Amino acid sequence: MSQIPEDLKYTRNHEWVRVEADGSATVGITEHAQESLGDLVFVEPPEVGTQVQPEEACAVVESVKAASDVYAPISGEVTESNDELADSPETVNNDPYGEGWIFRVQPADTGELDNLLDASAYQELVAEED
Amino acid sequence: MLDAIGVERIEDLFDEIPDSLRQASIEAVPSGMSEMEVAQLMRRRAARDEQPACFLGAGAYDHHVPAAVWEITTRGEYYSAYTPYQAEASQGTLQLLYEFQTMMSELTGLYASNASLYDGATALAESVLMAVRANRKAKSKRILMPRSVHPYYRRVVETIVANQGIDLVEVPLEDSVGRIDPEALAQQEEEPFAALVVPQPNFFGALEEVDRLTDWAHERNALVIGLCNPVALALLTPPGEWGSTGADIACGEGQPLGIPLSSGGPYFGYMTTRKDYVRQLPGRIVGRTVDADGRTGYTLTLQAREQHIRRSKATSNICTNQGLMVTAATIHLALLGAEGLARVAAVSHERTRELVQKLTAIDGVERLFDGPFFHEVPLRLPVPAREVLPALADRGVLGGFDLGEAFPEWGPALLVCATETRTSEEIDQFAAALAEILEKAGQPASA
Repeated sequence: MSQIPEDLKYTRNHEWVRVEADGSATVGITEHAQESLGDLVFVEPPEVGTQVQPEEACAVVESVKAASDVYAPISGEVTESNDELADSPETVNNDPYGEGWIFRVQPADTGELDNLLDASAYQELVAEED
Repeated sequence: MLDAIGVERIEDLFDEIPDSLRQASIEAVPSGMSEMEVAQLMRRRAARDEQPACFLGAGAYDHHVPAAVWEITTRGEYYSAYTPYQAEASQGTLQLLYEFQTMMSELTGLYASNASLYDGATALAESVLMAVRANRKAKSKRILMPRSVHPYYRRVVETIVANQGIDLVEVPLEDSVGRIDPEALAQQEEEPFAALVVPQPNFFGALEEVDRLTDWAHERNALVIGLCNPVALALLTPPGEWGSTGADIACGEGQPLGIPLSSGGPYFGYMTTRKDYVRQLPGRIVGRTVDADGRTGYTLTLQAREQHIRRSKATSNICTNQGLMVTAATIHLALLGAEGLARVAAVSHERTRELVQKLTAIDGVERLFDGPFFHEVPLRLPVPAREVLPALADRGVLGGFDLGEAFPEWGPALLVCATETRTSEEIDQFAAALAEILEKAGQPASA
């Protein structure tokens, strides 16, 4: 069973969201997602300054066998991108909830965070898919 | 079987196709012929070609192809239309494609090449799609498409991108020089655009101001697509070195590199780009690597872009390429070498100068534009080109491309071209025939 931290929010597209102390939201892909994709060879985070909408494809992760879009979980402006991943995409495999974060969004409407799944709901979703 | 899938009649399977489209009749298709009859028919048709002196360019060029090119290309080891998936059984073909990519990278001055596309026009359409994908700063689907791009290419691009919400904005010509009008271009900077297409040489054989255009587009967050004749690039600045930062994508028609004219195809398109955009490049890409024992090997690479992995979000749904044409082109380039290709380009230019000099010596024939050209020049005629061309053909001369239909604003005009294969005798023959035809055409007026 892959790890699903209790303190994060999740999407049906297998992104995780952590609300930081400064109000921004950090986004990455879940351990389940990185396991399904396999060894990542390329990550393309969104440009800083991009306005995103929920469910909008804004980043790409590419493994040796698949390429997949990463969707924005909430609306807002991208304030930071993890540029380290350009040289070490495997960080997403090794530490999906830590160093493997992909981008940060300044939420336009914090209420949208309530639409996301909590850990137990996400766990159910993963169990259904397996 | 119909029962099993719950359908009564086989016609029901085609329900989705509207009736109006199902009326096609095949009555016009004649009944079969024997092999002997077909051979006779084809010989009669081939004889109709005679062997006219070809001064027609407009996108396809009559260059000399050394006999060795197709002798080697059609050997069993190479004779395949496709890019091989199976690296363990296809090292020869894969290595050849890798060499092709290296040559195109060098010619265009850009980092990465794909293993070819269908033809020059579709390569331009793919470049437009790629520029819209790759330009994440402009957030625009506008493409500035100059009128100096081949009119047929513009139609192909329109057909391919029209339903993707991409807006092709036509940039007019500066009349006296037949190049992109800088003032008209400046009017487009109010709204963001994803890319500017820069043809070099352009459809009229004229040289665009590529450095200035490239910098202008880059200052406005747009990409630059260089549409280039690969033979001309042996002499001209490669797109990768245009302006202060170079074009972002180069593409064009590969036919001049060893492919016979053969009534318009098969040809191939080429496409190269800078390293930053390699994942946006459509088509097959061959990479060089090492096997478990450290030996050099070749294999398809970056396949996550392609439709068998990326599905509907693939960079392109043109999945195959023109493997056999590219094989010929690679052998052609290897035989010529960089110096040989540059000589082909230089001699073509010289022949065209001679052609222009001799044709413009005729009363009423003059250059439509001033300015530098490569191996193609539009000429103003005193009578419509469509009346002149058949008379020239009767005298064994394929006289050029009639500009009257696509560019009616210039009046009677003919686009002429001379490659290294045209001799001085043929140029004299053309000039004499044209003078005679125009004199006859002018008689009623002068009498």
